[in-house]
Order: sequence, then C-alpha cells, then structure tokens
Amino acid sequence: MIGNLPFVVCMILIALGLWTLLAKRNLIKLVIGMSLIESGVNLFLVTLGYVRGGIPPIYTFAPEGAPMVLPTPQALTLTSIVIAVATTALMLAFAVVIYRHKGTLDTRKIRDLRG
Amino acid sequence: MSTHAPILAIAVPLLGGFALPLLARVHRRLRDAWALVIALFVSACAGYVASRVLSGEIWVYVLGAKNPAETLAPGGFPIRIMLTVDALSAFLGIIAGLIGPLMFLALIRFLPEEEGKTLSLTLAVLLFAGIMGMAYTGDLFNFFVFLEVTSIAACGIIGFRTWTSRAPEAAFKTMLLYALSGLFFLLGVAFLYGEYGALNLAYVSREIRGTAVDRLALALFLSGLLMKAASAPMHFWAPDAYGETPPAAAPLLVVNTQVSLYGLWRVLFTLYGGVLDRGVGWLVVALGLLTMVVAAFMALLQTDLGRLVAYGAVSQIGYMMLGVGVGLVALPGKPPYALVATQGGVFHMLNDAITVGLLFLCVAAVEWVRGTRDLRELGGLGHSLPEVGLCFLLASLALAGIPPLNGFASKILIYEGSFKLSPILTAVAILTSILLLAVFARAFQGAFLGPKVSVEKRVPWPLLLAMGILAVGLMVLGLVPGFFVEKMVGPAAEALFSRNAYLFAVLRG
Repeated sequence: MIGNLPFVVCMILIALGLWTLLAKRNLIKLVIGMSLIESGVNLFLVTLGYVRGGIPPIYTFAPEGAPMVLPTPQALTLTSIVIAVATTALMLAFAVVIYRHKGTLDTRKIRDLRG
Repeated sequence: MSTHAPILAIAVPLLGGFALPLLARVHRRLRDAWALVIALFVSACAGYVASRVLSGEIWVYVLGAKNPAETLAPGGFPIRIMLTVDALSAFLGIIAGLIGPLMFLALIRFLPEEEGKTLSLTLAVLLFAGIMGMAYTGDLFNFFVFLEVTSIAACGIIGFRTWTSRAPEAAFKTMLLYALSGLFFLLGVAFLYGEYGALNLAYVSREIRGTAVDRLALALFLSGLLMKAASAPMHFWAPDAYGETPPAAAPLLVVNTQVSLYGLWRVLFTLYGGVLDRGVGWLVVALGLLTMVVAAFMALLQTDLGRLVAYGAVSQIGYMMLGVGVGLVALPGKPPYALVATQGGVFHMLNDAITVGLLFLCVAAVEWVRGTRDLRELGGLGHSLPEVGLCFLLASLALAGIPPLNGFASKILIYEGSFKLSPILTAVAILTSILLLAVFARAFQGAFLGPKVSVEKRVPWPLLLAMGILAVGLMVLGLVPGFFVEKMVGPAAEALFSRNAYLFAVLRG
C-alpha cells in the first residue's frame, strides 16, 4: 500500500486540478488548475519509471550491474513539460489580452460569446 | 526520396513553418509562395503515400532503421519510433492534403499584412504539420505530441486577432479544452505504459487484456479525443473557435477535429479492437445523435453567419460518429451493414471537409466584401456576388444531404447502415438533415437574397479559385461516388476492421 502512495498523490493532484477547473471563475485560477493537472500527470509518468534503488539511466558513469530507472518515462515527461510550458504561456497571454479588453478576469463577466 | 514520403509530409511543414518568418524578412511574396509550395509538397507526399497504401499494403516507416524488421528486439518488442500508414491514415492524409493548399491559397490574400500575417501563416503551416503527424503516426506518445502541436497552433490562429475582445476569449476557452483533452490522452497513455511498458500502438494492441486499468485508460482516451473532436456535450468551444478565427483558416480547423476523430477510431478499433464492449459503440452512436441534434438546433438560433456555419460543421461530426459508431456496435460479428455504415462515416469526413470548407470560404468572401457577418445587416449579395451565392447554395444543399451532391452520397450509406441497427437512429439523422436544410436556406436568404446592395470591394481571385475547386470536388464526389467509395473509402473503412493486418505489418507476426 505504502508503495502506491506516490500514485495516490498524483491522482489527488489531478483531482484538485479538475476541481479547480470546475469550481473557479477566475481565468488565472483556471490556468493554475490546468498546471496542477499537468504536474500530476508528469509526476505520474516519472513515478511509473522508478525502479527501487535505481540510478539515473546514464550508461557512461554507471557501475556494473546497477539497476537503472526507466529512461522512456523521463523522456516523455521532459516532452510533456515543454508542451505544458507552451500551453500555460499561451493561456496566460490570452488572459492578459482579455484583461486589457474587459478589465476583469471573472468568467461570469466575460460573456461576449454565448449561444 | 520517395521511400521517405511519410516522414517528409511531417518534417517539411514542421521545419518550413519555422523558416517562414525568416523568408518573410527577405520578401513577402517569397513567404506566400513558400507557404503554398510547402502545402503542395505535403499534398504530393500524401497523394504518393495514398497511391501505395490504398491498394491494401500497410506502410511501416521506421525512423533510424532501413528495414522495419530491424526495430524488433527479441520477443517482438519494437524499439524505434515508427510511422504506420494504413488506408485510413492515408485517407486522412488525402483530406488534409486537399484542404491544406486550398486554405493557404485563400489565406494568403485574405489576411491583411498589418494584422500579423507572417505569424499566422507560420501557425497554419505548423497546424498542417501536426495534422499530418496525427494521421501517420503509429506511436501513442507521438500522437499526443502531434495532438498538442495542433492544439497550440490552432489556438494561436484562433486568438491572434488580439485587438478584438472576442478572439482571445474564444482562444482561451478552446485552449482550456484542448489542453485538458491532451492531458486526458497523456494520462491514458501513461496507464497503458505502466501496464505494458510500451508506447507502440500495435504492440500495446497485441498485449492488451481489457483489465480495469485498460478500461480507465479507454475512458480517458474517449473523453479526451471526443472533447477535441467537438462532440456534444463538450462541443461548445467549436463554434467560438470557428467563428472567431479568420474564416479562410477555419477549413483546416475542421480537418483538425476530423483527425482527432480518426485518433478515436484508431484507439477504439485498432488498440481496443479485441477487448471492446458493445456499450462503447452505443455510447459513440448516442453522442453522435446528441451532437447532430444539439448543433442543428443551436444553428437555428444564430444571427452570425460564421457561427451558423460553425454549428453546421459541428452537427456533421455527429454524422461521422453515428456512421462509424454503428460499425463499432457491430464490430464482433462484422455484418455487411456495419461496413456500409462505417464507409458512410469515413466518406463523410472527406465530404464534410469539402462542404464545410467551401461554406467557410463563402463566409470569408462575404466578410471580405461587406466587413460584417451579421445576418440582420447582410442581404442582397446575390446580385453582386453570384458565384459566391451559388457556392454557398451548393454547399448548403450538400450539407443537408440533397442528391446528387456529395453530402447525399455519404449520408445515404450512413442511413442504410444505421437503419439495419435501429430505424430510430436513421429517423433522427434524416430529421436533423431537414432541420439543417431549413437553417441554411434561411442563411442563404438572409445573406444573398433581397434588394441589391452596392459593394465596392471585389473578392480576391485566389479565394474564388479555392472556392471553385472545392465546388467542383463537391459535385464530382456527388455524381460519381461509386468510384471514390471503391478506390478510397472502401479500403479506408476496411482498414478499421482489419486489426490483425495492422498488427502483422508492424510486429511481423
């Protein structure tokens, strides 16, 4: 059970992010919620590749026969982090533009597009 | 050269897109020509790939090895990144390869120079690259990466007109949904990776056992991809996105939803083909019906021509889901009607891309000439723009499925297939079509009929040329559908059902 604790933490992070998306009405908080989900997924990926007592997967300096953590999830996580940064930056940029037009970040007051 | 066609179709627009701003510094004409050349090159690659693949062969292209067999580690474990192009991927490639160059043709005259034309053209090229990547990849994680490439590029195109307040709002909404859909997909991939230790679609598909974790991953794939494909009840971003983006760029966004739908078919038929419940098929059918009905009713309420067409586009997604969903319900037995319905759903992707693309280009022409898209202010454009009016009328009739246009050719297959499963499905689909006919008749009347108005501006010829080509395609597909069904749609639909061939092509047994 205790070995699964990291996975539980990741799922809690993702759930918190989803809750933020559903419950909050501030554009910045929505971006934060999205970041929480991103972090949860990234942590989950890295945790998946962990091997107990493993060393970083770099062959050059590895001692003979030592177990290595899986390199693939780390590569995936790196890619995913880069994508997450791009997404977050783009969303924050749009939030800034919306704030300049409307003077508010409250989604209930930004309602040009409905129906 | 030709042996590398699948990867060139992705790499050239990806690198060429980033070269575009540099070329714009040299000369603007050079930049425009470059965008068109890239798009035409991708079309040529897509056409070449399709000519090889549609005969039934599956083209496995491996990065970093000459021969696909070299990728297999002992135990049949593929260790390199690969592109797996089967008939359905090639079909999506054809759709993108058809719409892409025409969209650039329309876009290079439609976007004003001072409104960030260089950067939006760059984004459009990157979106094109992402779409080709999603269609051709045979790797779950690469699919996610290309999904995000299209998400970011698409939201850039939707929101780059930052001097209006509506565009960034639409882009924020869309980005939120796109990012969420991408993360759901990634989480699903992570679950599968944790269980099977691989990302190659064919390998995971062979190993999959249908455990609780697999089902959870399936739920994540379903919700993520349906969100991105603008299926109800998560369709609300689509009208905003299509409505606020420059209308000449909207056709590629429509192709983006279709390629997301393709990803869903890939996951359902190929990845989960062996362990799927009938319930999932029924879910897709039900959501398809919901999508078409909700979107058609919402289209009825619109006063903005762009948003009206956008809801029309969303409703067509419902038809594709209905067609392929019927095939999915009947997947284990594979009765003939399942194949017919799937053919209809797949064929409708092509028809929808052409029809809705033409409608959006008409909207672009109207916006160009009158500077507004509000149906309450428009009217009488039929006198001064008869060719645009004719195109709009043709596309509207095709969208509503009136013979002998292309929409009818695919909808009749969907009706035929779904009728065997349950007549109620067919009845709902036909009634929705009639409703759409009414909606678009009203839009045509509102924009093009009425007393003559004087217009100063003329529609640029590249836009008219693109519209003309789409209109011809629309009629050709409607008049001789048999040829296309046999040569292109048939193999593509068949590819969904031949999971074993897909697995064999990648894993060699």
